[in-house]
Amino acid sequence: MSMNTQGRPSAPSGTVQIEKPATFTGNRALDMEEPLLFELGHWNICGVDLDEPEEFTPRLGGHERQSDIALPAFTEPEAMRHYVRLSRMNYAIDAGLYPLGSCTMKHNPRLNEKLSRLAGFADLHPLQPVSTASGAYELIDMLSEWLMQLTGTSAVAMSPKAGAHGEQCGMMAIKQALKARGEQRSIVLVPESAHGTNPATAALIGYKVVAVPARDDGTVDPQAVADKLKEHEGEVAALMLTNPNTCGLFEPQVVEIANLIHEAGAYFYCDGANFNAIVGKARPGDLGIDAMHINIHKTFSTPHGGGGPGSGPVVLSERLAPFAPLPFIRRTEKDLELVENASQLAEGEQPFGRMTAFHGQMGMFVRALAYMLSHGADGLQQASEDAVLNANYIRVGLQDLMSLPFGKKPCMHEVLFDDTFLKDTGVTTLDFAKAMIDEGYHPMTMYFPLVVHGAMLIEPTESESRASLDLFVATLRDLVMSAKQGNTSRFEGAPFHAPRRRLDETAAARKPVLKWTAPSPTEVEPR
Amino acid sequence: MRYLPLSDNDRAAMMAQIGIDGIDELFTDIPADKRIKAIESLPLRKTELEVERLLTRMAAKNSAAGDQPFFVGAGAYKHHVPATVDHLIQRSEFLTSYTPYQPEITQGTLQSLFEFQTQVAQLTGMDVANASMYDGSTGTAEAVLMAHRVTRKKKAVISGGLHPQYREVIEGISAQLPGASTVSLPADPYGTEDILAQIDDDTSCVVVQSPSFYGQLIDLKPIAEKAHAHKALLIAVFTEVVSLGLIESPGAQGADIVVGEGQSIGNALNFGGPYVGLFATRQKYLRNMPGRVCGETVDAEGKRGFVLTLSTREQHIRRDKATSNICTNSGLCALAFSIHMTLLGGLGLKKLARINHHNAIKLADALSAIDGVEVLNSAFFNEFTIKVPADANDVIEALAVNGVLGGVPVSRLLPDTPELTNLITVAATETNTQEDIDAYVAALKEVLA
Amino acid sequence: MSTYFTNDHEWIKVEGDIATVGITDYAQAQLGDVVFVELPETGKTLAKGDEAAVVESVKAASEVYAPLDGEIVEGNEVLVDEPAKVNDEPEGDAWFFKLKLNNKAQLDDLMNADDYKAFVDSL
Repeated sequence: MSMNTQGRPSAPSGTVQIEKPATFTGNRALDMEEPLLFELGHWNICGVDLDEPEEFTPRLGGHERQSDIALPAFTEPEAMRHYVRLSRMNYAIDAGLYPLGSCTMKHNPRLNEKLSRLAGFADLHPLQPVSTASGAYELIDMLSEWLMQLTGTSAVAMSPKAGAHGEQCGMMAIKQALKARGEQRSIVLVPESAHGTNPATAALIGYKVVAVPARDDGTVDPQAVADKLKEHEGEVAALMLTNPNTCGLFEPQVVEIANLIHEAGAYFYCDGANFNAIVGKARPGDLGIDAMHINIHKTFSTPHGGGGPGSGPVVLSERLAPFAPLPFIRRTEKDLELVENASQLAEGEQPFGRMTAFHGQMGMFVRALAYMLSHGADGLQQASEDAVLNANYIRVGLQDLMSLPFGKKPCMHEVLFDDTFLKDTGVTTLDFAKAMIDEGYHPMTMYFPLVVHGAMLIEPTESESRASLDLFVATLRDLVMSAKQGNTSRFEGAPFHAPRRRLDETAAARKPVLKWTAPSPTEVEPR
Repeated sequence: MRYLPLSDNDRAAMMAQIGIDGIDELFTDIPADKRIKAIESLPLRKTELEVERLLTRMAAKNSAAGDQPFFVGAGAYKHHVPATVDHLIQRSEFLTSYTPYQPEITQGTLQSLFEFQTQVAQLTGMDVANASMYDGSTGTAEAVLMAHRVTRKKKAVISGGLHPQYREVIEGISAQLPGASTVSLPADPYGTEDILAQIDDDTSCVVVQSPSFYGQLIDLKPIAEKAHAHKALLIAVFTEVVSLGLIESPGAQGADIVVGEGQSIGNALNFGGPYVGLFATRQKYLRNMPGRVCGETVDAEGKRGFVLTLSTREQHIRRDKATSNICTNSGLCALAFSIHMTLLGGLGLKKLARINHHNAIKLADALSAIDGVEVLNSAFFNEFTIKVPADANDVIEALAVNGVLGGVPVSRLLPDTPELTNLITVAATETNTQEDIDAYVAALKEVLA
Repeated sequence: MSTYFTNDHEWIKVEGDIATVGITDYAQAQLGDVVFVELPETGKTLAKGDEAAVVESVKAASEVYAPLDGEIVEGNEVLVDEPAKVNDEPEGDAWFFKLKLNNKAQLDDLMNADDYKAFVDSL
């Protein structure tokens, strides 16, 4: 038999390690470099086919633009390639586990994307006649109803554009309620473990922030709250508390704390960033909260889009309901009415003003309602249970190797480790996180909350399968063992395999370069 | 449930490993009397088909802008967005990524933000831009707060040509701040107010929109000069970013902060959101600017890369001393803006703006030819205000019945002002055809007859 | 010339009634790479404990407080352009501002070098 030995070999030749050669382009196969659009684009074309405007006499009253708009363009295939190449330098929930604590990076169903793009929602103007948008008001009202039912509250302000904006809305409603009582209080209590947005929001609307220390077990001590209330008697407007808190724990004495706050004539603002842990398990309204924003883009799965858009409706207790901002939808016996200015107010309605132009993040509302309807009351509860189960599964898988700052007890939907286990290894939380990148994971939230040294906050969400969690736990165990055994080379200077190595943030901050500028006039093509 | 990968077997095995007999053992920190079994008042799960059917029916109750001749503006505009834009922003890597806190694996988002900032700075004629705000209205309120920080004064003078809802957002936050005040001028449909007379040494900033809410183009230069003479800042606002393709940039007219709505480029109407706030300022005010910014740097191998920078201004570090409480912004809408802008380029934007302006002139001339209808504005871009010989609300409703969405009655935003009850703001864009204009004229004639 | 310290990690060198104020080596190490310094306006009168300057690293921002009552006579403008100097020579050329004292008795409340070293060791 004659053998044909020509042609393409189908197996690698030998097992010799070959060092990777440098490439001419700097690309590494699918891993491609991409210049800035200003370096690639054309200065004298337009990538959209537009009709040539006819000649006409402008009516701009002498306001014609004299300066050039020095922006280059791409044709469509060039634009496609530029942005597809850029996209491939991003990590994404669709590509892998994204355990950023407090961020709830869960699966984003594409049904929601599809429905949000229906012309009846996407191609709808916020100020077209109300009679031509009844379906939109119906959708907002239905979503409001779901939010009130899930939280056990009696009103919801839909217009805030994101979580921090929702906080601002809730706190402004509180300020208005105090004003209606003829009171002016100047202090807001904020636990040390709070998200940075809490004190920032309180300060933004003119409150002085007083910190409440955390207890050794990571929760808030009602006695500490009582002490602060006494110290600032009659001056405290509100307490801002995240529950479940940023240590991944449910505040067991939340009802006592709520009672203390109410007895002092103050209001209880709850940061709802971690609502994903308790949907269908407890209703914040039953716990005594007066206002809570809901990060639709966390708990109800609208995509984060590389940093927004979000949506932050605020549910309100009966006490705060009259102070919800414009616009809102009023239910009458047979209809829904849009209330968008002061002349339409009924008796008792005392809105503090307006958070934004128009009605809020409609595109996010459609997605969130689709998500809720898909899950149903039963599925939402199951999702929360799975989120908490997954976090505890990770906790138990790692607790013998990594250090839990508050002991081996159950957590909510996220598990918090500190860096005690890295002591004397020479590896920091940052190094550990960067080494995770080489293993194909987005790092967890690091160095937050501030009350724990070298914090690592892991939130897997309900979207992860058991196999995915098992691999994640095994990977982290392997990393910990390396660190403990002194095999620190995979940490120092990591990541090694990402599109970029560690970036010089100091240089970026010392001499900020925030836009592209032409190298010199002669190097740019004539326009 | 199609979105939940765990099976009952998985759950049982995982609980065994955790050492619990039932899931509720993980929820024991919730006070027992506050735990609930189920939310019985809400329906159970639905299939994809059922959800799609339900929401499609709801959408069908609305008249989409594209279903009829459409001339509604007043802060949100119907433009044609190339299909490429929506395809690209739905790439998983853009859509389902978080804020780029780990720059090594989010260079895609970061580089596109850097490009976005450059585009916004160039369009507005400013030195620096941030990585976006929620929308134009909230951005404008943030601009006022920034001016207060820069000038250490707290009085904002607000033009009567500013979008009334933008003004309400500013007034709302100002009312919360000790010592802050606003001087809001009355509605100014003709663009003839004397705002210069309101500027004094206590003034922190002057807020002027051009084109105004009523469509009138405003000369910003004298306002900038007077403001600067009193150590106040000029905040130039726009709600129609396409106008920057044809009219002089606010930066070239002396504005200190330029802020506006970017929805027109790359983003759908979406019934009011999500949109994208554009925010730009002078280099010297950079550290007082709210919001995230992306900057250029190098990595450990010397390769160019991008990072979020100057974050010590932000809430997660500065907490109660932050420049703003903003955290999540409008990342994906900013990307859509940037992609559309990249397809247009400077030349394309100018061309698009010319088409818009021409259509608006054609519409204005056609409407003003109708008996009793008056166009109020002498200089405008793609939007203007008409006065009709009837209550504007009634006219707009009647037009809608006749299959034309003819604009926004000014009294919808400014009720109880007799001199505004007959006014309608009307916008025309590249999406309007001659047939649309003819249909509007015919319908308006009929309604007024 | 005597050098004093505060428990906010500032050092103060006094010559006549002029005090030169900076942050200590310990403070710069805690902050990390300094990227930005904001100085007080010359002529501004400050009371002890008032915010006088701001110093920022990539991940942290801190206020520098007036350690004593006085009037600002000079800010170290070099730091505005070269914030890295704060890391390189914290207790040398990278002083922040000079203060004309109007209550020298307040110096008695400050620590000397040995006290400060003991204080830092205790942290």
